[in-house]
Amino acid sequence: MERNDIESTNQRRGFLKTAALGVTAAACGSAICACGGKDKAESEKVVLLSPDGELVTIDSAHLRPVPKTVHVTNEEARQGIPGRKFVMVIDLAKCKNARKCVTACQKMHHTPEPTEWLSVRLMKDSPDAAPYWFPKTCFHCDNPPCVKVCPVDATFKRQDGIVLIDADRCIGCKFCMAACPYSTRVFNWSEPEHTPEVSCLEYSPETSTPSRVGTVEKCDFCPDMSRAGLLPDCVTACPNGVFYFGDQNEDVVTNGDETIGFNDIIRDRGGYRFAEELGTEPRVWYLPPRDRIFPVERGLDDLPEEIKNRYKDVIGG
Amino acid sequence: MKISTSGSEMLRTFSPQIEHTSKGEKMWITVLVATIGLALYGLYLQIFKGHGVTGMRDNVIWGIYIVNFMFLIGLSYAGAIIAGFLILFKVEWGKPLIRLAQLMTLASVIVGPIFILLCVGRFDRLHHLFIYPRLQSPLTWDVLAVITFLVGSFLFLYLSLIQDFAVYRDSNLNVSKWKHNLWAWLALRYTGTENQKRLINTSRNLMAIVLIPVSIMVASILSWIFGMTLRPGWHSTIFGPYFVVGAIYSGIGVLIIITWYTRKMYHLERYITPKHFDYLAYMMLVMAAGYGYFTFSEYFTSWYGSETWDAQLIDKLFAPDEYGWLTFFANVAGVVIPVIFAAVPKLRKPDNLMVVAAIMVLAMWVKRYLIVVPTLETPLLPIEDIRPEYVHYTITWVEWLLTFGGVASFFLIFTLAGKFVTLIDISDLPKDENVKTQNQ
Repeated sequence: MERNDIESTNQRRGFLKTAALGVTAAACGSAICACGGKDKAESEKVVLLSPDGELVTIDSAHLRPVPKTVHVTNEEARQGIPGRKFVMVIDLAKCKNARKCVTACQKMHHTPEPTEWLSVRLMKDSPDAAPYWFPKTCFHCDNPPCVKVCPVDATFKRQDGIVLIDADRCIGCKFCMAACPYSTRVFNWSEPEHTPEVSCLEYSPETSTPSRVGTVEKCDFCPDMSRAGLLPDCVTACPNGVFYFGDQNEDVVTNGDETIGFNDIIRDRGGYRFAEELGTEPRVWYLPPRDRIFPVERGLDDLPEEIKNRYKDVIGG
Repeated sequence: MKISTSGSEMLRTFSPQIEHTSKGEKMWITVLVATIGLALYGLYLQIFKGHGVTGMRDNVIWGIYIVNFMFLIGLSYAGAIIAGFLILFKVEWGKPLIRLAQLMTLASVIVGPIFILLCVGRFDRLHHLFIYPRLQSPLTWDVLAVITFLVGSFLFLYLSLIQDFAVYRDSNLNVSKWKHNLWAWLALRYTGTENQKRLINTSRNLMAIVLIPVSIMVASILSWIFGMTLRPGWHSTIFGPYFVVGAIYSGIGVLIIITWYTRKMYHLERYITPKHFDYLAYMMLVMAAGYGYFTFSEYFTSWYGSETWDAQLIDKLFAPDEYGWLTFFANVAGVVIPVIFAAVPKLRKPDNLMVVAAIMVLAMWVKRYLIVVPTLETPLLPIEDIRPEYVHYTITWVEWLLTFGGVASFFLIFTLAGKFVTLIDISDLPKDENVKTQNQ
């Protein structure tokens, strides 16, 4: 991936301990696909972080299109990134259902609005317990029930811990969806509507885009971003630093602002994995929602009615 | 080739059927073909518009297609097991039922797998099952199982037909040349020598010995598509035997219906007597008891243990405003009523049994629905979706079209088979006092 892709500025993001090396042009989420080679008709203002740490607003027309696809062969995409063991830590004490992770994920993977690979759920563990917001990605289990049942090796576990789907191989039997206890996977029930630019993107299991009709897809932990030394979009999009992403081999995770030891935080904050008793060995850890920054109701503010209605069973009304 | 007098009498009974197609039959076939035509339109919509035309969505990922698959493929296993036992244990009274059971297997083993394919999003990639097979997947086991069973059951049927083909070939049935030639070709120059008889008998018995355990295995493998997942109502150690018993049970139900119909249609009261219905009813009784016992064990253990996830499913299954009435129907019409009608001699009459069997078969279909859909509507994390079709599964008209198409195909195969072979084995009839055998 090229370095300076943006005329006016570029943005630096540290990635794990390789922060110094991992300086790359970003704004990938808002970058236009190179495929069509066309300029965006409407101009849109984009806020970026300059190298000096200042926020600058520029016109998106001034952004040079960046091809989002990191070109890896199917073989490489099945192997994973050597030496890595990706892990995610989600701090439930900081989540206020801002939903920036959801929209960033949708934008990054060009998934249409109602499709959420990453969803924020309202959890209430028992009638007397306090409700809390619960962002749910794919857990990239180490003992993945979905991978076990796939009849064609379309979904697979990589060396770096990530579970991916090869939508060019998937026959759409949906057995993995039956096997996944976390309702993580979604199916393309009809031909996905893509802009011409998206349609002509080269498909890779690492980008999971463009979607294919009659196949299964899900959160992929954005391995294309990791290859480029960047954090997944949900991590960078979160205004509250809820998501920490990192490498278990290096024992370090970061939310972009703060870099911490993985083992330390799991020990100190009582990290746990969801539904541990199922034996799926998730790679996503949760920090319990204690000493919360926001009251849970804040998450309902400014929510569109149709999203608010989702939580009716939990909040009542 | 010489056949018994009763055999030639039987051939005469079936000859109008084989020689001509009556007006009524033509209409019946037209209706069946029209239904299949409509189903093909549904299939066209599903292929070109995507699975969105069905009621299946991200939570209920499988609907009545897999229910039909379970039901039909269960019938085929049942047919093979029943025919296998009747042959293997040389059950004299069972002889007129063997062909019917085998034809039930034939029709359902052809139609059944179509329904599992309808669950698959990408028809164009089915070859991936063979070029990228993964042996860890219960679906791969099922592909192997169904193919093995398909080949096995065809062989089994064919071995039971060779002697009859020779009879048809040597008879003076007035049929078109191609049919006659095909019979002659299929009869493999069988003339009824001792050696040929021995060979056919041995291989047929061998096939029965093979097919009985194979049927049990493949029915279990089917159950493991569900049993191997972590979902309540599916992840159960008894699922293998539960499905085996369920398959045989519904198979007996369909066999009773087919036997009743064949008896009425061809006036076979001499060969298929109320005694046959009694025996079928006894088999039904045993299987109903077994099935009821399994169902009770399933529900009782999960209700008593009342783990959260299990309890959610049990609540759903028994709540009157959810699946309560269907559960009631499936168990009363599917177990209790058949037991009563099979156990009480006064009620155990062919016509009654036919009605009870018809209701029981419907109830067993509903029971499969209750295995598939409520579990899928009860994920570990409660569904937080306001799109109603993502919360509850509703069968769409496309799915109904294809289902009726499947039923029509089943009957069409059966009807067409009746144009080509006699529905009762004429070269291997029971030796009772009414029938004098003339060869040997």
